[in-house]
Amino acid sequence: MIALRTKGLALGVGDTIVGRIVPGHDASHSLYVSKVSIDEFDPRKSLIDCLLTTYEALETTIHYPVVGRIPGLGHLSTGDIVAIDPSGLIRTVYRAESEHNAFFVTDRCNSNCLMCSQPPRNIDDIDYHHNINVQMLDLIPTSTQQMGITGGEPTLLGPKLLELLTKSKANLPDTDIHMLSNGRAFAWKEFTHDYAGINDRLVVGIPLYADNSRDHDYIVQARDAFTQTVLGLHNLERYGIRVEVRIVLHKLSYLRLPQLARFIYRNLPFVDHVAFMGLEYVGYTPHNHDLLWIEPREYMDQLDEAISYLTSVGMNCSIYNLQHCLLRQSLWQYSRKSISDWKRNYPLECTGCTKIDECGGVFSTSRRLSKELSPIF
Amino acid sequence: MKTETVNRKFREPQFYAPKADTYRLLPYNFIRLNQFREVLVNFVGDFLIVPAGTASRVADRQIVKDEGLYKDLLANFFIYEDAALIDVLATRYRTKMSFLDEFTALHIFVVTLRCNHTCHYCQVSRVTEDKSKFDMSLEDIDSAVDHMFRTNATNITMEFQGGEPLLAFDTIQYAIERALRLSEEHSKKITFVICTNATIYTDEILGFCKRHGVLISTSLDGPNFIHDSNRKKPGQSSYKEVVKGIGVFREHLGHDQVSALMTTSTLSLDHPKEIIDTYLENGFSNIFLRSISPYGFALHNAKKNSYDSQRFLEFYKKGLDYILELNFNGIHFVEDSTLIFLRKMLTPFSTGYVDLQSPSGLVNSVIVYNYDGCVYASDESRMLAESRDRTFMLGHVRDSYESLFFGEKVQKLSAAFCNESLAGCSDCALRIYCGSDPVFNHATQGDMYGYRPTSGYCQKNMGIMKHLLQLMETRGKQVTDIFTTWIGGK
Repeated sequence: MIALRTKGLALGVGDTIVGRIVPGHDASHSLYVSKVSIDEFDPRKSLIDCLLTTYEALETTIHYPVVGRIPGLGHLSTGDIVAIDPSGLIRTVYRAESEHNAFFVTDRCNSNCLMCSQPPRNIDDIDYHHNINVQMLDLIPTSTQQMGITGGEPTLLGPKLLELLTKSKANLPDTDIHMLSNGRAFAWKEFTHDYAGINDRLVVGIPLYADNSRDHDYIVQARDAFTQTVLGLHNLERYGIRVEVRIVLHKLSYLRLPQLARFIYRNLPFVDHVAFMGLEYVGYTPHNHDLLWIEPREYMDQLDEAISYLTSVGMNCSIYNLQHCLLRQSLWQYSRKSISDWKRNYPLECTGCTKIDECGGVFSTSRRLSKELSPIF
Repeated sequence: MKTETVNRKFREPQFYAPKADTYRLLPYNFIRLNQFREVLVNFVGDFLIVPAGTASRVADRQIVKDEGLYKDLLANFFIYEDAALIDVLATRYRTKMSFLDEFTALHIFVVTLRCNHTCHYCQVSRVTEDKSKFDMSLEDIDSAVDHMFRTNATNITMEFQGGEPLLAFDTIQYAIERALRLSEEHSKKITFVICTNATIYTDEILGFCKRHGVLISTSLDGPNFIHDSNRKKPGQSSYKEVVKGIGVFREHLGHDQVSALMTTSTLSLDHPKEIIDTYLENGFSNIFLRSISPYGFALHNAKKNSYDSQRFLEFYKKGLDYILELNFNGIHFVEDSTLIFLRKMLTPFSTGYVDLQSPSGLVNSVIVYNYDGCVYASDESRMLAESRDRTFMLGHVRDSYESLFFGEKVQKLSAAFCNESLAGCSDCALRIYCGSDPVFNHATQGDMYGYRPTSGYCQKNMGIMKHLLQLMETRGKQVTDIFTTWIGGK
């Protein structure tokens, strides 16, 4: 796993600083952070927003903010964007070499899914993240293929989400924006209407875990969530916003997968894409182990039937987070390398596997893996 | 950052159960399939095959919450709990009925009645050289094209029929060129189809068809002993000629530009397999097992062309069985009338097939401009007229658009063209998959409303639909997997 945060001793950092890593004179020990573009940056003339260093920083010698005594800078590369807090926390918010970058918008959520990998926190963090994201938008290269928007639940940002999407279109007109939302807020037509036409590269990925409210509402631990999400999907379609449906596979969702597939085709035939996702064993999942855990082999028939049906009627399907050795071979063609590069891992069980190049690996964050992982020869 | 205290404790499933102690009903209907099973059909055509007696158990609120069926009923809009997804159901209904958005999309031009064939089931054609008497005049073409551009439809099909329309190729050429000139200012996209016996093809015809992407629809009734018995070409084998013609048109226009239709005569009834094999041998991947219209000129030859619905259904079932067999063996081959019903039963989309829709396809989807300038509500309507029954003649092509498409005749028709309001249809569970056909009713039963218990239209369509449901029920995944690939178009 690649570290995305580190901490040092901050001097002169008043507000959170957002800037790009530019080449320093001694990259393993010191890096400059600046808003000036990399090509034009000159350490003697350009405005430096911050200096990151592994050395002790002395208050008397600096003309700009410094974070000193950082344990290591090896995880940072030229072009990465960092957010530096007054506390000395340095978070990598954009990695130049990665295709899996996202705007993180909040830890808040109005659902409380039993298998949430990143449990919501009831903190007032929207302005903090929004301030960083808006500054990032001036620094991200226009050649970036895709940016995610993730949380928490992005629609809780209200007008700030519209601002983020509008500015994304203005600054990154050719970048696909993939937002993960539970879709519930879109049940209100007036709310959804505001999103019409503001960013034609936007796709909203929305989870639907059952074909009925009883199962879905229980899984996401929110009353009326099913009704709101299905209405939300319809409203997004009404206003021309592309949507994909995401289904997490576990003990509470697998039995009615074929019925859910039929529900999607009949009631949501307009969705761009249906993603079936293996469980990430982190966050709430370990706590709810008995409710959720199931070996993928046990749901393979239902998964196969759902995907065969949807692809036969012409819908696009993908499988995320499931390893080739756990999937029926006929389903390999739908498997995508979906796990973000910074948390993708190939454990010891993969040693010698001939399919490792095609396989998406496992979550390095997962605290438990299937017992049935085994190399394919 | 402030932290609020919100309860994030997980709750049991019961917490998310609805507040009401029982479920409520959405509109649904049912029909008995056999002694043990019945079919429940909802408002938008989703169906469940369930044990006999279930419909009444649902209505009596006897379905208990831990039955698997309970969630099926919820998910398929048969019942609801706290709040129904009425908006979604409304969108589903609008989608199912969206064929109406287009209004008249199919415009049939009968450019001539002259023909080089003398088929025994043909209602209309004449073997003659008299152009002036049996060809459509260019003035009438002009008026018809003007009417055509008045429709709401953005995608129009302009179909040329006869007689043998290619005997009047000049007229077709004139009509297509005029339509193309006008199509831009009206922003309409036009598909051209010529219904021909494929025995007439000059370089000029082939070049013209190629240039304008014209589709060729021809007739192939089966192997030569059936085809030649049905379709007579004086002095020649029509089968040999049509096979040759299909080859020529495919070579010049592209394989998929040529399709074929079959008509089931009494002789055909005993040979479904041979007919299907003929289609396979000739490179087709689909067939439309089509019964003959049991009225008009066809009845002049009753022995050759009249059979009851039951005999046709036996023929259809044998044919479909054989086609399914082909599919099990990896040969992709589709029966078109089955596909029309399957689209209605298994997809959320609208299927605008003129003979099977409600409101009926008459005027709503199709209009016919006859060679003599008379305008008819459908192809069958003009065939009736050849037996001197002008009930469905809407007027003359030089009449106004309003008087033809919304005049008194059409208003009268409209009272009988919604199966939602026909006795014997309105409460039928399979109504949403079916249609209404006032012309058929009038021709076979003497009034446009018809009488369902003895209706050949009802018997045939109910027979097919029940058979398809039975197949899905008894043969399960083996058959539904094939059907799913058909509706997916793969």
